[in-house]
Order: sequence, then structure tokens, then C-alpha cells
Amino acid sequence: MDQLPSVAVTRPAGAAGRLNLRAWSKLTPLARREARQGLLYIAPWLLGFFAFTAIPMVATLALTFVNLTLAQREPLAFVGLDNYVRLAADDRVWHSLSVTLRFSALWLPISIIVPFAIAVGLNSRHVRGAPLFRSLFFLPYVVPFVAGVLVWEQTLGDNGWINDVLRLVGVEKPPSWLFDSTWIYPALVMMGVWGIGAGIVINLAGLRAIPTELYEASRIDGAGAWAQLRHITIPMMSPILFFTLILGVVEVLQYFLVPLVLKNGTGEPAGATLFYNLNLYRTFFTYQELSYGATMAWLLFALTLAITLVLFALSRRYVYYAGAR
Amino acid sequence: MTARSETIAVARVGRTGSPRNPAELTRTALLTTAFVAILLAFLMPLFYSAITSLKSPTQISQPNSPILPSDPATFTWNGVSYDVYYVPLPDGTTRELALVTPGRKQSEFIDPSNPEQGLISWQGSWRVLDQPWQLAPNWDNYAEVWGLIDFPLLLRNTILLALISTIGTVLSCTLVAYGFARFRFPGRGFLFTLLLATIFLPGAVTLIPTYTIFNKIGWVGTWLPLLVPAFFANAYDVFLLRQYLLTIPRDLDEAAMIDGASSLRILRSVVLPQAWPVIVAVSIFTFVYSWNDYFAPLIYLAGHDDLLPLQVGLARFNGIYYQNPAFIQAGNIMTLVIPVALFVLFQRVFIRGIVISGVEK
Repeated sequence: MDQLPSVAVTRPAGAAGRLNLRAWSKLTPLARREARQGLLYIAPWLLGFFAFTAIPMVATLALTFVNLTLAQREPLAFVGLDNYVRLAADDRVWHSLSVTLRFSALWLPISIIVPFAIAVGLNSRHVRGAPLFRSLFFLPYVVPFVAGVLVWEQTLGDNGWINDVLRLVGVEKPPSWLFDSTWIYPALVMMGVWGIGAGIVINLAGLRAIPTELYEASRIDGAGAWAQLRHITIPMMSPILFFTLILGVVEVLQYFLVPLVLKNGTGEPAGATLFYNLNLYRTFFTYQELSYGATMAWLLFALTLAITLVLFALSRRYVYYAGAR
Repeated sequence: MTARSETIAVARVGRTGSPRNPAELTRTALLTTAFVAILLAFLMPLFYSAITSLKSPTQISQPNSPILPSDPATFTWNGVSYDVYYVPLPDGTTRELALVTPGRKQSEFIDPSNPEQGLISWQGSWRVLDQPWQLAPNWDNYAEVWGLIDFPLLLRNTILLALISTIGTVLSCTLVAYGFARFRFPGRGFLFTLLLATIFLPGAVTLIPTYTIFNKIGWVGTWLPLLVPAFFANAYDVFLLRQYLLTIPRDLDEAAMIDGASSLRILRSVVLPQAWPVIVAVSIFTFVYSWNDYFAPLIYLAGHDDLLPLQVGLARFNGIYYQNPAFIQAGNIMTLVIPVALFVLFQRVFIRGIVISGVEK
């Protein structure tokens, strides 16, 4: 992450540093005092990291090799890779994984292109009042998420405005958005697009940071708007687009809260909203299978890690860092 | 806000060529109009919610009722209120008349514009007649929802949870950010990278043991699982604070150090007074985040109705009253009004914070 450039502040000094415990003995007494104080100040996070992140992560991994359930009918035992074998043969798991991956394939491009496109538009000198637009596009981002889902549930309902408008323009049978196993995905995308305000703000800030000389020089060379977008804006924005993509991947692989509220966690219609994380949540809270749930959690973690690592590897080729290297 | 943005827009036009050029003006008008249209479509669900929240049950059950909250028009004659209908008369005109004595084949009407004329008999079934509507926001929905979901209790819980989380987050993240920004220690770079890496960690991978332990020590069913972690800092806010602290010059720190001030004293008297913009940002972010949190209260407070915050209360309310859209939307508006108001008041702080955490990482 420290490869991403910073706009206002220089790169964090030694952020990529390695943990070197021997360094301690080389410190002068004064430096040692400073180091002790620094560690004392970051102690709240260090303690929290061990208590709420590191130890639970290891515990989750350990759980995958035993047969712990909340009811615990069989004696607790080491079961080796049994949970993983069960996982590999579990149709529900693969179904829910495919739901998550298919939704990701639909959502990720939209979640990157739409805020980028709106930001490019707002950054144009032909749009008046861009700051006001920016604030109003941001607004739904602060709407509490349950309220947002319930607002959309009715807007998309059969008597909601969306279907009213569709009937008005001549669609005789507008889709039953929330009860159709195909239309539910566009419906979820619309709800997601409602929260792109932060993306617009980040994209706008990035666009403003592109040196205007680049555009001026290209205009002298005869470049049109499209060429400028392709050869200046997109390459210069690639670190921000990449950052949005990485965070988007991590988020979308965990996606399940909207269907949890919308469909009360049932996965309706016809299992179309049985996202991977919803399946995991039910395995733990409804069926109370601790070990099996933990195994599903590690699969999710491994998948997230693998995809982000691949993306980071690809970024060396496709992401342009001005001023770096 | 508007005046400011106008100035900026004018300045930008001025910088890049003649704004009086008709082709330029047309493009500006077209593009700005297009964005107004996109924005209206974008915010449309909010208008839908606000309008629906003011509708009466009568209106919602009528398929062809107007868009705005309205009631069937009535006319009061001799102290009694009568419904008004569009009545087609034998002479081919349609008039708005109030129905006084309904009958199956013949009804008696009164003309609201001319009551002295007396009753008018009309042949036909009054049930097929359409009614005119008059604008009538039904504010009672809010009062009813307020009582139905015990809004004061939910509000109190939500505010308390949000306030305590905010205090915990600001305290712990300020200390940690100060540690990362101002002290050199072995492994600092590694630990900071580790801190940022936690952003990428799926919550599910720590959830099961964490929940199980909280359950074992009796914390499930209390606010502790929601509040205690706030006092142990988090990656986003530490990052935001640290980035800001790095921009504050060290000269004053060093002067205070030479005067013998302790590091805590320097934090309190030198660094914090210069860091208040970012402290405000972190406070508002945390407050709104905590206000909007749903999953943690859902799993840790299940079965403890007296401890629930608004989000969980609202979702449950929807499960019970889903057949009354006006109630659901009134509840939504009541829940979203405070975070939205905070945003409107502090928009610059919000946007600055989003930019720092989004662009600079």
C-alpha cells in the first residue's frame, strides 16, 4: 500500500521497513527513551491488535482443524482436514461463492466507472456549481444503511416510483425487482450506487491534482477530449482507480448486509441473495457450527488475499505512479 | 455554499477562454442541466421516502391517488363533513359535488360553491365516481411511529453508543497517531504497515472466536462488545490523524521539550491545539459510523430490546409494519435526519476527511 503516492504529504518514512529487533540494542539511551515512549503511545492499538485481530485469527485457523459446534454432541477432537474436505464437497458453499463472484463481476466495474465518470463530468469547466453537486451526490453516503435499504425496498416496489416511471414510458410489465432472481442483482447494484459519494469525492480530488500543463501541452499537439481522457486522465488517475478497485474487491467479497436486511437473511428469491458471507453468517449464528464456519471464513480470507496479491502484481504493469521509481 | 461555488465556477470559466462564446455557453447549459437531471434521479428515493412518510393509509390503498400526500377533498355543510366527488351531470358537464345521502341508484349531492341551491339528486351509483384530492401532509404518522417503536429509547441508546464510541476512538487513535507521527522506534514502519493491512482483513476471519469469547465472559447482551474495541484504535482514524500530525511543524514540540515538558504535556498543550480540525473530522466520522452500524448491535444485542439502537429497531419495525409504507418511511426519515444534518453542517470536514483517507494512502 505504501507504493501509492500521497498528495499532500511525502511517503511515510520507512513504511516498508522490516521488523528488526536487534536494532533495539544499538540505540543510544536517549533514543531508547524515545522508542519506549513511542511504543507506549501505540500500545492501545498493539493490545487491540492482539486481542481483536491476531489472536482471533489464529484461533479461527485452529478451529478449522477440530469439530467444535455450540451444541457439541460429539467429543471435541482433532479432525485434520475433514472440514476442508466437507467444504470442497458442499454445494451450498459453491453456490454462495458463485453468487458473490457473479455479483462482484457486475458490481466492481460499475463501482469504479460510475464515480469516475461523474467526477470527470463535474470537473469539466462546462459544469457550474460543482461543489454543490459534489455535496449532494455525497449525501446518500451518510444515510444509515438500514434506512437506505428500506427506502429502496419501497422505491423498487410494484407501486414504487421506478415502476411507475417505467409504466409511464410504456413498459407494460415492469420487473418485480426484489422478487425475481435475475432482477434482484440490478436492484442491489442501484442500492450500491447510492453510496458512491465517497468515490466521487476521491476521484474529484485526484482529477484536481493532475497538472494542467499536461492538458495544455496535449491541446497544442492537437489532442481532442477523448485522447486526453485516454492518454492523460486515465493513466494519471490509475493509482486512485487501483486503490478503489482493491478496497472494492475486499468489500464486495464480504457483501451480505443489504440482502440480510432486505430478505431477512433467507437468501430469497430462490437463493439468489445467498451470498458467501450470508451463508457463513448463517452457518455460525443459525446452525452454530463454529469449526465449519471458521473454515468458510479462512477460505474467504485466502481468496481475498490471493485476489489482492494478484492485483498488486498486475498493478506494476498497469498503474502509473508519477514521481515514484 | 452556493455563492462560493458560483465564484469558483466563474473563475474556472474565466481561466479557460471566453465565457461569452455562444457555443461555450450552450455546452455549459446542456452539461449542467444534464447533471441536474442525474442528481434528481439519484436523490429520487429520498424524495419518495419523505413524501410517502406523509401519506395517509387511505391514500396508499388507492391505486390512482396523486403523488403528493393528499386526502380526498371534503366539504363541511351544517357542521357535518361530506366527501367530494366528480359528478357527471345530464347537461354534459362534470362538477365537484359533496355526497350527502349516498344511495344505490340515486344519491343526494350538495354543491360546495353554491350550498343555498339545496340538495341535487343524481341518478347512478356514486361508487364509480372519482374523488378530487387536496394536499394534506399527514404529520400524525411521525407521532404514531415515535410511540410504536419507542423512538425515545432507541434514540437514547443510539446517541449514548455513538458518543462513547466517539470518545474512545478519538482518545485511543490520537495517542496511537501521536506515537507513530512523533517517535522513532525500531519496527515503526513494519507496525504501521501492519496497522494499514488490517483494513484488508475480512471481518469474518476474527468474528467466530471473538463472539465466542465475548459470550463466555458474559458480554453478549451488553454494550461492552460494541464499546470496548473503540478504545483500542482503528486503522482508518489513526491514518487520518497521523497524516495530519505529520503536517504540523515540530519546532514548537522541540521548544517545549527543551523547556522540560513531558511528551504527554506536549501532546496536550502543543499538538492538540493545532490538530483540532482533524479531531473534529474523526469525531464526526466515528459518530456517524456508529450511528449507522447495524451488524454488531444485531449480533451482540439480540433479545435485549431495551439496549437496541435505531438501526436494529428500524429493521425489526419493518418486519412488523411492512404493510404500512408510510410508517416505514417515517421511521426512515427519523433515523436519517441526524446523520444527514451533521453532514450538511460539517460537509467540508467530511469531504476533507474522505479525501485524505482515500487519496493519500
